[in-house]
Amino acid sequence: MNLFSFSRFAAVFMKEFVQMRRDRITFGMMIGVPLMQLVLFGYAINSDPKHLPAALVMGENSVFARSIVSAIEQTDYFRLRPAPITEREADWLLKTGEIQFAITIPPHFSDDLVRGRRPALAVEADATDPVATVNAVSALINLDRTALQHDLKGPLAHLAPNPTPFELRIQRRYNEEGISQYNVVPGLIGVVLTMTMIMMTGLAMTRERERGTMENLLAMPVRPLEVMLGKIVPFIFVGYVQVAIILLAAKFLFQVPFEGSLTILSLAAILFIAANLAVGFTFSTLATNQLQAMQLSVFFFLPSLLLSGFMFPFRGMPQWAQWVGETLPLSHFLRIIRGVLLKGNGWVEIWPELWPILLFMLLVSALALLRYRRTLD
Amino acid sequence: MSAATDIPVIAVRGLTKSFEGRKVVSDLDLTVNRGQIYGFLGPNGSGKTTTIRMLCGLLTPDGGSGTCLGYDIRKQAEAIKRQVGYMTQKFGLYEDLTIRENLTFVARVYGLDRVKARVDQALERLGLDERACQLAGKLSGGWKQRLALAACILHEPKLLLLDEPTAGVDPKARRDFWDQIHTLAHEGLTVLVSTHYMDEAERCHEILYIAYGKLLARGTVPAVIAAAHLSAWSVEPIRGDGTEIAALSRQLQQRDGVDMVAPFGAVLHVCGRDEAALDAATRDERIDPRYRWSRVAPSLEDVFIDLMGRSQDNFQ
Repeated sequence: MNLFSFSRFAAVFMKEFVQMRRDRITFGMMIGVPLMQLVLFGYAINSDPKHLPAALVMGENSVFARSIVSAIEQTDYFRLRPAPITEREADWLLKTGEIQFAITIPPHFSDDLVRGRRPALAVEADATDPVATVNAVSALINLDRTALQHDLKGPLAHLAPNPTPFELRIQRRYNEEGISQYNVVPGLIGVVLTMTMIMMTGLAMTRERERGTMENLLAMPVRPLEVMLGKIVPFIFVGYVQVAIILLAAKFLFQVPFEGSLTILSLAAILFIAANLAVGFTFSTLATNQLQAMQLSVFFFLPSLLLSGFMFPFRGMPQWAQWVGETLPLSHFLRIIRGVLLKGNGWVEIWPELWPILLFMLLVSALALLRYRRTLD
Repeated sequence: MSAATDIPVIAVRGLTKSFEGRKVVSDLDLTVNRGQIYGFLGPNGSGKTTTIRMLCGLLTPDGGSGTCLGYDIRKQAEAIKRQVGYMTQKFGLYEDLTIRENLTFVARVYGLDRVKARVDQALERLGLDERACQLAGKLSGGWKQRLALAACILHEPKLLLLDEPTAGVDPKARRDFWDQIHTLAHEGLTVLVSTHYMDEAERCHEILYIAYGKLLARGTVPAVIAAAHLSAWSVEPIRGDGTEIAALSRQLQQRDGVDMVAPFGAVLHVCGRDEAALDAATRDERIDPRYRWSRVAPSLEDVFIDLMGRSQDNFQ
C-alpha cells in the first residue's frame, strides 16, 4: 500500500463536490452570503460616526452663544436639535439614548465672558459607548480657542489669547473614565445569548429530522405550539446561566457598575432570550439539515454583531443600515442592558427598546408556527 | 364516537398520492376488519409506506377518501393519531434517552393518566423491565424493535400500523415479535403490518399485495395462492456439481410457457401460469436422466414473484 494514492484522494474529492452540488441551498448560501455581507457591511460600517444627535440647553441667546453653536455645527460631528431644551429634558434624552450629547451654555455666559470670568461651556456626552463619542469629543478640543475668534476683535481682543476666553467642560456621563469594558462586557451578554440561543434551537427540528425521530413525533398527537414551547423553554434556563456568569464576571473581573435593577434586567433578558429562541426555532423549520441550520444562524448572527452597535457605533452607519439594525433584537437589548447597568434606567426609560423586541418575537413565532409542517408532504 | 364492530376499521376508496409527478399510490381501495392481522406486501417502492402514512394522517392524499377507525382521513387526522399506534420503518424514538424515558415521553405526549403504571406495564409486557435504564441507542435491533412496539401500544390504540417492523431483526426476535402481535390481535387490536418476509406473510390472517400503487391480490394465503393459478415443478439434479442446473435454468427461462425459474440451493423451481403450456415447454428436460422432476404446490413467494412480473407487464 502506498501512503498516498492520488486516485483515493480524487475519489473523496469528487464525492464531496457531487454532494456539495446536491445540496443547492447550502451551495447557494456559500456563494451568495459572503457577497451580500460584503456589500452590506462594506457600506454600513463606519467607525468614525458623524452627525451624532445632540441638544442645546441655552441659558442665553447671544452673539457669542450663536457663534459657539455654529462652530459646533461646523465640526460635522453633531446634529443639533432645532429647538433648545431644558436641563431636565436633556437629562431624560441622554438617559433614553435619544441624544448622545447635551451642550449647555449657561446663563450670563456673555456677561461672564466679557468680564474675563471664563464661564464654563458644559458638554455632557453619553459615554456608555466611548468609541462613538471619542472623535466628536476631540473635535471640540479647540473649540474654546477658535469659536469666538471672529467675535473677539477690537476692544475685546485682549480676551482672545491665553488663557482661553471660556472653559470647555466635557463630562463623560455614565462612564467617566471612558472605560471600554463598561460598554463591551454588558454588550457581550447580548452577543453570547444571540449566538448560543439561536444555534441551539436552530438544531431543534433539524435534529429530529436527521435522526429520523420526526416522523414518529408527527404521528403523535402533539401540537406545534407545544413542540415549540417545549423546545424553547429549557434554553431560557441555559440563557439565564449565561447571563448570571457574565454579570458576575462583569462585576468582579471588570468592575462594571450596576446602577439599575436586577429584576428589570432579568425580565428584559427573558424577552430577549425568547426572541432569539424563536428565531432559532424558525430557522430549524426552514432548514432541511443541520448544516443549513448552522448557516442560517451565522447569517443572522453576523449582522447582529456588526449592525447592532456592538462592534461599531450604531450612529456611524448610514440611515438604511440603521433601519436594518433597528430590526435586530440585539440592537435594542444592547441599549437596554447598557442603560440598566450604566445609567440605572427603569421601565419607563427602557420601554421604547422593549416593545420592538416583543413585536419581533411575536412575528417570528407566528412565522415559525406557520412554517411548522404537521405532515410529511 | 364509537365504531361498531361490523364497521370496517379502515375503509378507503380511490386513494391516490403522487410525488414529483410520479404516482406512488393510485386509486387504491382498502377495507380492513377488526381484530385481524393484515400483511401488507409488495416490492420496494410499491407504495406501502405511503399508504400507511396516509392512513394515519402523516400525508394528505391527492385523491380519494375514506375513514380510519370511523374518522375521516382527510379532516380528522388528530383524532386518528390518538387511536392509532404507528411504528415507523426507521427507529423513531430517541437514542439518547433510556427505554423508560422514551416510554414516559410518549405516554405524556398522548396525555395518558397513571404514566408510571402504564410504562411499568408496557416494560413488563415486552420484557424490557431489566433494561429500562439502558439508552435506546445502545440497544440491538431486536430490542429497539420491542421498545418501538411498546411505545406504539402504550396508549392502547385500536389499530396498529407497522411499517416493516422486523427488517434487520434476527429470527428469534422476529418470532417473539409475531407472538406479541398475535396476542394483541387476540385482544381485539387490528394490525396492518408491511413486510418482505414470506414466513411473516403466512402468519397473517389476510394478505394485501400491492405493486405500483395498486392492490393486486388479497385474501388468506391459500386463497391468494389458489387465485394465482400457478403450476410448479421442482427440479433436483441426480448427479453433477450444479453447473448443469444453472445452465438448465438459463435454458428454461427462454421458453414460452415458463414464467418463472428460481433456484433454491441445488433445487430449481419452475413455474408457469398455464399448466399445459408449462408441461409442453419442459417435456424434453423432464425425461433427461440427469434430473428428477416432481410436481409441487407453488409457494407464496412463487406467487409474489409472478405477481410482480405480471404487474410490471401491465404497467409498461
